[in-house]
Amino acid sequence: MNKEDKLVLGGREFNSRFILGSGKYNLELIKAAVENAGAEIITLAVRRANTKDSENIMDYVPENVTLLPNTSGARDASEAVRIAHLSRELGGGDFVKVEIMKDSKYLLPDNNETIKATEILAKEGFVVLPYMYPDLYAARELENVGAAAVMPLASPIGSNRGLATKDFIQILIDEIDLPIIVDAGIGKPSEACAAMEMGASAIMCNTAIATAKDIPMMATAFKNAIEAGRSAYLAGLGRVLTRGSESMDPLTGFLRD
Amino acid sequence: MENEFLVDSDKLSEAALKRKHEIENNKSVRIDHMKFLPNMDQLESDIQDKVLENLKDIDWDSYTDADVYRALAAKTPSIEDFKALLSPAAKKHIEKMAARAKIETAKHFGNTVYLFTPLYIANYCDNYCVYCGFNCYNDIKRKKMSFEEIRHEMEVISKSGIEEILILTGESPVYSDVKYIGEACKLARKYFKNVGLEIYPVNVNDYKYLHECGADYVTVFQETYNPDKYETLHLLGNKRIFPYRFQAQERAILGGMRGVAFSALLGLTNFREDALASALHLYFLARKYPHVEYSLSCPRLRPIVNNDKINPLDVHETELCQILCAYRIFLPYVGITVSSREEKHFRDGIAKICATKISAGVSTGIGDHEEKYEAYKEEEEMESKASDFDKKESIKALQQEAVSENEECGDEQFDISDRRSFDQMYDDMAGEGLQPVLNDYIYV
Repeated sequence: MNKEDKLVLGGREFNSRFILGSGKYNLELIKAAVENAGAEIITLAVRRANTKDSENIMDYVPENVTLLPNTSGARDASEAVRIAHLSRELGGGDFVKVEIMKDSKYLLPDNNETIKATEILAKEGFVVLPYMYPDLYAARELENVGAAAVMPLASPIGSNRGLATKDFIQILIDEIDLPIIVDAGIGKPSEACAAMEMGASAIMCNTAIATAKDIPMMATAFKNAIEAGRSAYLAGLGRVLTRGSESMDPLTGFLRD
Repeated sequence: MENEFLVDSDKLSEAALKRKHEIENNKSVRIDHMKFLPNMDQLESDIQDKVLENLKDIDWDSYTDADVYRALAAKTPSIEDFKALLSPAAKKHIEKMAARAKIETAKHFGNTVYLFTPLYIANYCDNYCVYCGFNCYNDIKRKKMSFEEIRHEMEVISKSGIEEILILTGESPVYSDVKYIGEACKLARKYFKNVGLEIYPVNVNDYKYLHECGADYVTVFQETYNPDKYETLHLLGNKRIFPYRFQAQERAILGGMRGVAFSALLGLTNFREDALASALHLYFLARKYPHVEYSLSCPRLRPIVNNDKINPLDVHETELCQILCAYRIFLPYVGITVSSREEKHFRDGIAKICATKISAGVSTGIGDHEEKYEAYKEEEEMESKASDFDKKESIKALQQEAVSENEECGDEQFDISDRRSFDQMYDDMAGEGLQPVLNDYIYV
């Protein structure tokens, strides 16, 4: 892959376009994500962190990996802001992924609250990556209030149901001048590849790898799929031939010179 | 090949002539065209930089058939795809472009075609734009209509059935000030459902005022997006200030206007670059102000009073058609207006592919709709009877008559090529299988 093709978030450059989500953590998964999938960003649910001394997740995260603390568990903007503050105090850095859900069945993000939290945190100097439902107006608002990227969901989190919102993610890719990171729901490498071909800037996933029979092998499959999709996007997709003949009566027959 | 724009009038005094030549020949006496004048609103906006950045280092000949095919197949064509569609390589694929454009037009506009008429209320101008019939050194009959004359013209036009009017002036804030134009808008609201403006660029507050007076669509042509070329064509007046003109649409939006229209005057310089820039000007503004309605026009250079040699150079009908199809494919949702600078066969053909708005019953002179409307009617009656040769001769005679009959009228900005009346246009469009629309926006 072209060395110059970097993912830029909050002024920081990344070579990898795979981001490991935080839902189903274990040592094997983190190791596979970093070693096999090449992940340089790993999310961390601040509120879900183990409060006991043992089994500290930080012990498993290599130093060269950027931590992306998220606000998972926040029910509204003010909780998300508090979690972000806590994360920064704990040395989690300036990156924060805003996740605000009021629905515990589908865990769908609340776009309104997400916009509010993003505005506050961006003003405070955070690099804010909001998880959102792919709605154009909400994405524009997020852009206006200072988000560093927009993270639309492909289908409900943890569902492995793939690109259910494909057409709407495409609209965000076409209309929003920020990296679009497809987050949640990607279940197969082919879906990650498809999203990258569409012009997504990166893929975040977790469950698809965590629930595979062979975790390292699936991590490798995702790495290859994401790179293939990115290359295809940069190369420019070829034309698709459609059936049917051209009009017998030319449309441009009237032109005189 | 280049146009010979500069023409001297024997009516100018020796001093005026000397001044004119100095301005034409000595760049150092002309003001800095990239610097705002003190009375001009200056917006914090990056749109101009974005557009000009995209014009850098384009090798139009580097695009290939494959690039054109890719662009035609793209679901949402990129800027790069759009360039391919404007490139020389795309010319031979014009029929395929037209087919795609027609589909896009149908998706967004059905089979409608919107009819309107322009009304020039004054032709005084403070600018010296070398290609324009209204330029301040051109010896033409000047006129500014009184409110009674405006009212009368509007009455004549509205009786024809037209529901949208586009009010135009020469660019003289002195002779046709904002107040005067505002009053004309108020009058227009009595006779028409929609009022558009094509006047000199003004500040945000003035756009706000004109919006309150009833106007809600603003058209400003940048003429050329090449700042160096722009400098050599716009020698005097406010219009000389490139960025002030560039920001006009954005100011109009901030003033509350519903829609804005753009164009370059094709034929002034590299038309591909100017077409690209016009569309990108719209594209970037639409990303910033997605609630606004947008449209593009596509004027080509035309002969003017006292200089009948001005022509659109290498922008032939095929190139114009290519540009319009490329616009439609890249920006499927925008309106495309084709003016009476183009001939009947072109307007009929292009309306079936991608144009969504065409003018009817047009005069670019000042205060002559009534005679012209009468003349059009006679013309059309004659057309239905006479042979081609007779037709041409007698139409010429009629037009001369119409103009010479009324010494009170102001001269035209440019020659028009399609003199069809509103009725004729309505019937022709319906006859082409299109649905003429007179108004699609009710003020609430």
